[in-house]
Amino acid sequence: MIEVIFDLVTSRYNYWMAIILMLIGLYALIAKQNLVKKIIGLNIFQTAIFLFYISFSEVTGGTAPIYLPEGPEALYVNPLPHVLILTAIVVGVSITAVALSLIVRIYEEYGVMDEDELMKVVRER
Amino acid sequence: MSIIDHLPVLLIIGPIIAALIILAVGWHDRRLCYPVMLLSITGQFIASLIMLLQVIQDGTIRYYLGGWAPPLGIELVIDSFSGFILSTIMLLALLAIVYARRSVEAEVPAEKIVSFYVLIQLLLIGLVGMTITGDVFNLYVFLEISSIAAYTLIAGTRSPRSYVAGFNYLIMGSIAAGFILLGIGYLYVATGTLNMAEIAMLLPASYELSTVHAAFLFMMIGFSIKAAFFPLHLWLPDAYTESPSAVTVIISTVMAKVSVYAMIRILFTIFTTAYIIESFPVTGFILLIATIAIVAGAILAIAQNDLKRMLAYSSISQIGYIMFAVGVANQIALEGGLLHILGHAMMKGCLFMVAGLIIYRMGTSNLLELRGVAQTMPISCAAFALAGASMIGIPPTIGFMSKYYLVLGAFEAGYWLYAAVLLIGSLLAVGYIWRFIEIAYFGDHHGDGHQCASPEGPLSMIAPMVCLALLCLILGIFVEIPMEIIGPAAMILLGGA
Repeated sequence: MIEVIFDLVTSRYNYWMAIILMLIGLYALIAKQNLVKKIIGLNIFQTAIFLFYISFSEVTGGTAPIYLPEGPEALYVNPLPHVLILTAIVVGVSITAVALSLIVRIYEEYGVMDEDELMKVVRER
Repeated sequence: MSIIDHLPVLLIIGPIIAALIILAVGWHDRRLCYPVMLLSITGQFIASLIMLLQVIQDGTIRYYLGGWAPPLGIELVIDSFSGFILSTIMLLALLAIVYARRSVEAEVPAEKIVSFYVLIQLLLIGLVGMTITGDVFNLYVFLEISSIAAYTLIAGTRSPRSYVAGFNYLIMGSIAAGFILLGIGYLYVATGTLNMAEIAMLLPASYELSTVHAAFLFMMIGFSIKAAFFPLHLWLPDAYTESPSAVTVIISTVMAKVSVYAMIRILFTIFTTAYIIESFPVTGFILLIATIAIVAGAILAIAQNDLKRMLAYSSISQIGYIMFAVGVANQIALEGGLLHILGHAMMKGCLFMVAGLIIYRMGTSNLLELRGVAQTMPISCAAFALAGASMIGIPPTIGFMSKYYLVLGAFEAGYWLYAAVLLIGSLLAVGYIWRFIEIAYFGDHHGDGHQCASPEGPLSMIAPMVCLALLCLILGIFVEIPMEIIGPAAMILLGGA
């Protein structure tokens, strides 16, 4: 029994790592009170998904998808997920930028960073 | 190749260039932004109509970006379903832009107006892209373009509350987008392609894999958050209430509809009825949640004291109607659901325009302070009554027709109890629509006598509002016109034709 579980974990440990990271990020996103920590959680969450994409494109012994002297016969990793994630990283950066600028405005306006306190202040005004 | 053949890609590239031009001329002179914007949206609207006619005549348009055929390249697909949604959202966007001019001047700080218009243009690019793309990853990219623009737009008013609403929506929206991205990853692992049509072709071989189930659930949850499908609607009331009125009109009609569109695409085009009814029966569950959404949204709407917030909760209820059609999943119900996408876009657009005009004129949207507002603003309140009648489903409005088809579809599938809930939903809609009508028409007027002949508001705000209210009535009477395109669209979704 334990061997089966051990096998399940070790043979696909890259997916497990992605899932664990994702859950850490999701936890921070939902449970953290500080708005900046929420955004850090969001970044961890997104990075986990990026790692998931990159890890499933891996081919054992494969090389970077660039032109080599062997030509098309060389063993390449799948380049498509890399390209997709390049786009997703750009998206992630823009979202972080928007989120941080919103936090700056919220802090300027209300003087708090804590979600519960923020809700209290917003309700009072 | 004439220019008509390239319309699908011009529909996306044109507005991107327009967004840059708006930014450039705005730097020079702020007043020039609006005409450029109006021109580009009108162009988009005309292009979408031309393509809709093409689709009706010659069938589905497939455009390969850069001439690369699907497995390698990205494909834009305009079939009767996406053509229908495309022209619906462009019509609403055009009217909303006409409406936006004065409303934005009143609600958005002057130095932000240029970036405001650029962002609206970017939002529309994202939404149009989501509608016509035939590639799931492309769908994600366009989704994020529209979402980032929406987060910023919602935070665009003078009121600092809108920053909080925008931030909360950003958190929810990013979780949703993350789930969708993960779902797309699972689909790619299972099939090795990102093209929607090819995924649909290759997927049946792996219907039993848990990878596919996970992909399905992640994408469903992601799009449910985006479409504010109960109980994942928590971002919606604040976002709709706090954003500038023109933005509320656009996100409540155009953006909400495109999210629902994307969900229906995922359900019916990628996973197909064979999966959602037989391999992984989920329609019954969707039906159950949809009925809860209809009732809960309407009850929450009745409990609100703010006009915009009330309409926002009513949107949750109406999204329930569209998802109800998905849950029943037969031809008639889907026709009703698609008609409701058009109908709800028009009536909710009109209602939010009225709310925006009331805020413009009276400076408040608190229902208790609006007693007797009909004396000051007769046209707006009449438009509200007409669109509200459509929301309740009084014949011969379009809201009646779509609910009629939904009930017929539910009967055909034998869901008698659920059909009864639809009618209860209509009754509850009477509750919140009538509440405003009563306050507006029969409340004691305690104004200071400025209900004289002075115009209700700028013509550019009244005209689109009245236009939408009349469309609710006209399209309800001549329902054959939209049905001509909705029929084939529903057939495509169910895998026929």
